[in-house]
Amino acid sequence: MFVRGLKRKCFDGEEDIEGTLAGIKAIPSYNLQRQSLLDMSLVKLQLCHMLVEPNLCRSVLIANTVRQIQEEMTQDGTWQMINTQSTGQASLDRLVSTDILCRSSRDQAEGKHGPAYGTFSKDFESDQAQDSSETMSTASAVQTPRNLQSNVWEMESPQENKGNFQKSLDQIFETLENKSPNTVEDLFSEVDNSYYDLDTMLTGMMSNTKMGHCDSLETFSSPTNTAPNSNCKSDLNDLDHIVEILVES
Amino acid sequence: ADIISTVEFNHTGELLATGDKGGRVVIFQREQESKNQPHRRGEYNVYSTFQSHEPEFDYLKSLEIEEKINKIRWLPQQNAAYFLLSTNDKTVKLWKVSERDKRPEGYNLKDEDGRLRDPSMITVLRVPVLRPMDLMVEATPRRVFANAHTYHINSISVNSDYETYMSADDLRINLWNFEITNQSFNIVDIKPANMEELTEVITAAEFHPHHCNTFVYSSSKGTIRLCDMRTAALCDRHAKFFEEPEDPSNRSFFSEIISSISDVKFSHSGRYIMTRDYLTVKVWDLNMENRPIETYQVHDYLRSKLCSLYENDCIFDKFECVWNGSDSVIMTGSYNNFFRMFDRNTKRDVTLEASRENSKPRAILKPRKVCVGGKRRKDEISVDSLDFSKKILHTAWHPSENIIAVAATNNLYIFQDKVN
Repeated sequence: MFVRGLKRKCFDGEEDIEGTLAGIKAIPSYNLQRQSLLDMSLVKLQLCHMLVEPNLCRSVLIANTVRQIQEEMTQDGTWQMINTQSTGQASLDRLVSTDILCRSSRDQAEGKHGPAYGTFSKDFESDQAQDSSETMSTASAVQTPRNLQSNVWEMESPQENKGNFQKSLDQIFETLENKSPNTVEDLFSEVDNSYYDLDTMLTGMMSNTKMGHCDSLETFSSPTNTAPNSNCKSDLNDLDHIVEILVES
Repeated sequence: ADIISTVEFNHTGELLATGDKGGRVVIFQREQESKNQPHRRGEYNVYSTFQSHEPEFDYLKSLEIEEKINKIRWLPQQNAAYFLLSTNDKTVKLWKVSERDKRPEGYNLKDEDGRLRDPSMITVLRVPVLRPMDLMVEATPRRVFANAHTYHINSISVNSDYETYMSADDLRINLWNFEITNQSFNIVDIKPANMEELTEVITAAEFHPHHCNTFVYSSSKGTIRLCDMRTAALCDRHAKFFEEPEDPSNRSFFSEIISSISDVKFSHSGRYIMTRDYLTVKVWDLNMENRPIETYQVHDYLRSKLCSLYENDCIFDKFECVWNGSDSVIMTGSYNNFFRMFDRNTKRDVTLEASRENSKPRAILKPRKVCVGGKRRKDEISVDSLDFSKKILHTAWHPSENIIAVAATNNLYIFQDKVN
């Protein structure tokens, strides 16, 4: 990890008084800082080392921090307040969509099951039975990242947050339904079988950045012009993953 | 030169081993003190270099297994050869390091080049004799202990019975017999049935220096468990549990992370254990579980910078700590190539720097000081000027003398007491 120096000092010193709450001036900045810490932690959990296994201790500590923040946020009910602000809402959407998709597609590519540190959930003995085709299935793979996500998001005020979460998924549902069954068939028929080979998978995944996945999500959101043939292989892959998420839910 | 990842003196202090990120082990030997130059005490010179581990590829998970040497531990010397254990993330190896300074000459069937002699030309029978040769130090792998760890090995520890040793990864600890490589006995397993419930990992483990049935292991939640192998085959239930209650005034989102113990070491006496977490070193009495008997602040000025250190991942750096031979002084590393020593008796501490720019060879190290706020004095360095890429994670102290080895990234520094 490259050390970038002490550029940002979130909790260090500055009191940014936005004053939306009477009585406790520090709370808005504290919430903002807490939110940014949460964002940072989620990004750290997602950042995967493609070639070397991520450090389990570090992943566990970051996940515990996320859990702690989420618990505190639900306890003092500040989650609602942040959510009503537009910036907060946008970040929530962004977090949900990128996180679900990036994590699930990454997990799928690596044939892992579970969140970053949950990749080691398969026991040494049971690994023997796994073949490459099995690495493509996300049966339990998606549940665990979604669980972490749902843990983070579900426990607060149900309406608004589940609404946002649901909204992202709904968007995905809609766009897929809009495509005729034939086109969906065509999409799959054009998939190169060699793509299911793990090595090709990995190479394909490695050349995709996170933004690539987000771009493909946006492609689906605006179903107007995208012809199936013009989709690149990564989009096909994402479609595959998204469909499997939906099947799970 | 590669980044040094472990440093360890052997039991006499004659040898010093280092392991690096490239899987190499370099052993230094102290030269004999000469009567001609009594003021110049034995220096350490390279004795042997060998490639201990190679990078591997786990085909099942499509992941590389790093060849970086995580730990080296010496076995006590029992004959002319030296033995050490070295480990990377997955495999422990027992290496034999031996000297060869004689070679046999005068074989009957071979000539000196090794070519076979024509039998018809042999008329006389002779006995081969040993003749001196240039000293050659050979390292040979004698045992390979593989395939016993699903997670990354963070510690190995040789038992005082000299027949067994343990290896610890994030979730399990295994007991090995030196003679048996195809079996390992699991003595601690903290893996939850459902990995989603995982909240704590093992960070370090060590055998008691005298009691072969006792060992400790530390966790990412800042706890230490002492286990007795006589009570049960699987030591999931601890005999003692060491944890300090949290200080509510210091609580933050980073409290758990900075409480994670990165190293645990028994004192030579076996009476105390020392633990290192991100900001402090603590000494615990084995007879008192509810709090440490001593706490030393290593770099408390970082407490207000935890968010930044979290962002650049420095908060996850694992510093080691060491006792001196008499258990009166403890030492640990910090950033900016600083390392700290704490005298347990006088309660005095010192900060020193391992760097070529700031000290000449054979010069006495000047104490360093970090200034926290306000006015910076001439020789002080401010917190914001600290170089966080220069971290001293690994240090070692000679078992009986005041000689220390400090690994600063890819440089090894050896310091000793000034001789009058």
